[in-house]
Amino acid sequence: MSGHSYQGKKNIPKITSDRLLVKGGRIVNDDQSFYADIYMEDGVIKQIGDNLIVPGGIKTIEANGKMVIPGGIDNHTHFQMPYRGTTTVDDFSQGTKAALAGGTTMIVDHVIPEPGSSLIEAFEQWRSWADEKTCCDYSLHVDITHWSDSVKQEVDTLLKEKGVNSFQVYMAYKDFYQMSNSELYEIFTFLGEMGGIVQVHAENGEIIAEEQARMLEMGITGPEGHVLSRPEELEAEAVFRAITIASQTNCPLYVTRVMSKSAADIISQARKKGNVVFGEPITASLGTDGTHYWSKNWAKAASFVTSPPLSPDPTTPDYLNTLLASGDLNVTGSAHCTFSVAQKAIGKDDFTQIPEGVNGVEERMSLIWEKAVTTGKMDENMFVAVTSTNAAKILNLYPRKGRIAVGSDADLVIWDSDAVRTITAKTHNSAAEYNVFEGMELRGAPSVVICQGKLVLEDGNLHATSGVGRFIPCTPFPDFAYKRIKARKQLAVLRAVPRGMYDGPVSDFSPMSRGGTPSASARTSPTKQPVRNLHHSGFSLAGPPTTEDVPIRPAGRRIVIPPGGRSNITSLS
Amino acid sequence: MSGTDHQGNGIPHLPSERLLIKGGRVVNDDLSQYADVYVEDGLIKQVGDNLEVPDDVRVLEVNGGLVIPGGIDVNTCLMKPHLGCPPVDDFYLGSRAALAGGTTMIIDHVTPQLGDSLLEAFERWQESADRKCCCDYSLHVDLPHWHQGVKDELEVLVQEKGINSFQVYMSYKDSFQMTDSQLYEVFSFLKELGAVVMLHAENGDLIAQEQSKVLSMGITGPEGHSLSHPEELEAEAVFRAITIGNRVNCPVYITKVMSKTAADTITQARRRGSVVFGEPITASLATDGSHYWSKNWAKAAAYVTSPPLSPDPTTPEHLHNLLACGDLQVVGSAHCAYSTSQKAIGKDDFTLIPEGTNGIEERMGFVWDKAVAVGKMDENQFVAVTSTNAAKIFNLYPRKGRIAVGSDADIVIWDPDRTKTITSKLQQSAVEYNIFEGLAYRGGPVVVVTQGRVVYEEGEGLRVQQGSGRFIPRQAFPDYVYQRIRTRNKVKGKQGVSRGMYDGPVYDVLATPQYITPSPSAKTSPTSHQPPPIRNLHQSNFSLSGAQFDDNIPRRSGQRIVAPPGGRSNITSLG
Repeated sequence: MSGHSYQGKKNIPKITSDRLLVKGGRIVNDDQSFYADIYMEDGVIKQIGDNLIVPGGIKTIEANGKMVIPGGIDNHTHFQMPYRGTTTVDDFSQGTKAALAGGTTMIVDHVIPEPGSSLIEAFEQWRSWADEKTCCDYSLHVDITHWSDSVKQEVDTLLKEKGVNSFQVYMAYKDFYQMSNSELYEIFTFLGEMGGIVQVHAENGEIIAEEQARMLEMGITGPEGHVLSRPEELEAEAVFRAITIASQTNCPLYVTRVMSKSAADIISQARKKGNVVFGEPITASLGTDGTHYWSKNWAKAASFVTSPPLSPDPTTPDYLNTLLASGDLNVTGSAHCTFSVAQKAIGKDDFTQIPEGVNGVEERMSLIWEKAVTTGKMDENMFVAVTSTNAAKILNLYPRKGRIAVGSDADLVIWDSDAVRTITAKTHNSAAEYNVFEGMELRGAPSVVICQGKLVLEDGNLHATSGVGRFIPCTPFPDFAYKRIKARKQLAVLRAVPRGMYDGPVSDFSPMSRGGTPSASARTSPTKQPVRNLHHSGFSLAGPPTTEDVPIRPAGRRIVIPPGGRSNITSLS
Repeated sequence: MSGTDHQGNGIPHLPSERLLIKGGRVVNDDLSQYADVYVEDGLIKQVGDNLEVPDDVRVLEVNGGLVIPGGIDVNTCLMKPHLGCPPVDDFYLGSRAALAGGTTMIIDHVTPQLGDSLLEAFERWQESADRKCCCDYSLHVDLPHWHQGVKDELEVLVQEKGINSFQVYMSYKDSFQMTDSQLYEVFSFLKELGAVVMLHAENGDLIAQEQSKVLSMGITGPEGHSLSHPEELEAEAVFRAITIGNRVNCPVYITKVMSKTAADTITQARRRGSVVFGEPITASLATDGSHYWSKNWAKAAAYVTSPPLSPDPTTPEHLHNLLACGDLQVVGSAHCAYSTSQKAIGKDDFTLIPEGTNGIEERMGFVWDKAVAVGKMDENQFVAVTSTNAAKIFNLYPRKGRIAVGSDADIVIWDPDRTKTITSKLQQSAVEYNIFEGLAYRGGPVVVVTQGRVVYEEGEGLRVQQGSGRFIPRQAFPDYVYQRIRTRNKVKGKQGVSRGMYDGPVYDVLATPQYITPSPSAKTSPTSHQPPPIRNLHQSNFSLSGAQFDDNIPRRSGQRIVAPPGGRSNITSLG
């Protein structure tokens, strides 16, 4: 991968920026760590090395041997998300401030169009909200909430012109967002050809609907009903199915929100079998578990409601951190989607009405450091990979983002691996009243955050500015996912067997179609008409007839013998 | 399980010989012992040494040969029509072939078409089988569709007709295929009835997509069948079926396990405690899908079945290993024989080729040859997978599947050393192409006894009587399948948390809910519609908690909220 050709850089307005020198730090990238100074100018890293020649009078930050890491990339947020006439309590300003406070310098938010509405309009709406308020760079995923030819056109436009390369589809939310297997197949096929990344919300919506009805019938209406009606098996099942479809269509797959051990195991197994699949555990699944759904405090229990739910198995976070360390899971997001208690209380009498979402954008990096690095599961380089570099690669933003290198964006963090802080809703930067990590003591925190070459966090003081965040367009065909896909495409050409036409007897049959005739779904594109087989010819490859003496077995059925009788091509032997 | 309490005592027996099988080694699934077996009136009357028997009995000297329970073939389709054509092997030809191979009971699939009444179809099948079948038989009923009427029919079938197993399809889009919601309902319903749910496990949606893709590439021959039914789609459906089975706590029986990945999925589920059974068939145990690429169209077409044979030639070995270790339990044949001219309906389009392979006659021989003769499996496990397990799962045990006093006299004297080369010229089936053509196997029956009568003797051939087969009714709730399910039902009750009512502020929302509450599928019966939520009796307004330490901390929401009269209560205090 070349270090100099960045995609879409021309579109982005330059920001006049401080000149900064970070001295005496240990640079940690995903491949190596080394001591060097970093000089930044105009939001870009200009020099790395010892004894740099820099202009006089610039601001110098002494790292004192601390780690300097690429700023985190949170690949999954829902800031300012509309929900039934309200919005999540963290808007793009509040949310990105929380991100920066936690060492994350770029977020990727999900655009969620209403089913039936235009994807591009929704995308523009999100852009206007974000451009106005974000304090750090951002990109957008677009969720495909319905599927038709016009949606296909819009996806094409978004990919080619709007800088979106990843699209989420839903296997849950029956009768609403949920896609059928046929639709998934079509979407995967299309995105696989166009170079997009399919993100999937993997849960079996049909069975969830049945289970929800059953729980409510049993009189279970509280938040525990949420996890009881969405057992982790249904997550694993959907992951398995999504991987099957992706493998059939030769399309890279990204599973958002890996919440359970069984779902994570399915992803590991598929990777061992060679599938191109990436798994994204979120802060909540890496840091806490679903036992809280049984809390006697309704508001606390409800604050953990998200889909797929947190697993009630308390060993889940450790397990997911282990898989993150081994490279079976690749990217971490926060799925930060915060609602106030009053909003959550929409579902006070019916757990299916509780708005879904947990916090985690601020805690993400510290939590992984605490759970994986301080415990020795993961080294600092892998930490950088799962919090930043891998996301940049999948988004096709690497090495502009996710790496400390000359020419990269000046998004970096001086990480204090010894800092200890206790998470509490009283001090966090989110507007939510509950923090699902309340009371946790986390080691590892950013002591300095530099975003776009500007100092935004120093000495515990956040100096973020709303509206400075830029939209970073992502281009299709990220190498990280598509190199393998391209190679496989060349190999996976199916061929017919060249054989003579069958010209033996054919049974009479009633034309009424039964059994396995393939009738593609009504929404299928019309291009899939059977085409005449060009391999077929009347030329007979077999030798002279040799089997005239073999009697036909006693079929005793009415058969239609063509004029000229049976031919040798189909001889019985 | 009692050894004498058999179902269906009202069925007339044919006059039968009195037989003494002397000097054989009686092999059941649990042990082998040298013993004589005395048979009278179609039942095994005595098993042991130095039996006291009447003088005029016919004595079969076995000289140390194996005496095994007759095979039970749990998957045959001797009447399943394809586009109106019945298969060439009907109940007469099919059951003859079964007996010639050492199988003394078959369970055939009743396959009603879309819109047909299950009961009528069942009666058609039973009538035809009663007229033609030469060995005892029972029937599975396949569900082509799902609605309230089907439920009523199922109740009648289970409670009055002696059917305890039903097949549903995850494949055949726009025809037999059921959605996940329907599967959930079918599973829930059949579980209450105590029936065994059998699944044809393939993802029909994706197959339809693959079929149109393959056809659009100009591939119209039988290789297209294999290309459009990759084994991944079989494994996916197996995984999904097991997941739904686990949710409903319903036993799941996978018919036609054709590929390694599907078998492995079953294995893993069993490791995790799921009640799931797998049935490989003769074809998947003895041959592979490389033949779909044969230059001879008719030969290639003969192998077409669904799920297809795996092109991976190591599949049969793998499936035999799993049978031997108990991860797969039952061997069927899925015998469904169509003539070449019938297969040729799909000569220009592989999706129209009638699906089905032969294997009813060869079933036991191949398991012996590929598993017992090579040391993968012992003779007892052989009996288990070819007969006993099937009898247990479908509630015929110990009447069938065991040589014991009181059991039916369905007995096979098995020669482990006999070698036979398969050719369509010497088979019983009417099909022109035998997919095992040219293969040889060791092991085969020397004598076959069914209903106490000798119907096959080596050298003398078959002496069967058309229509002598009896319908064997089967009761619901087979112990082998349902014991664990019952216990799990008892211990797996779910309870809500008893907590006070939330009486804090509630956000005002739009009247139209965006997240739609679960609505069962359109085809659902009205009974499963969700009643209005029942009042939770655990709930009360009584507050359990006292003042909280952080009551004085102000809320930070700053959002428009609707506070109830009286303000927030401490039940939902933050902290």
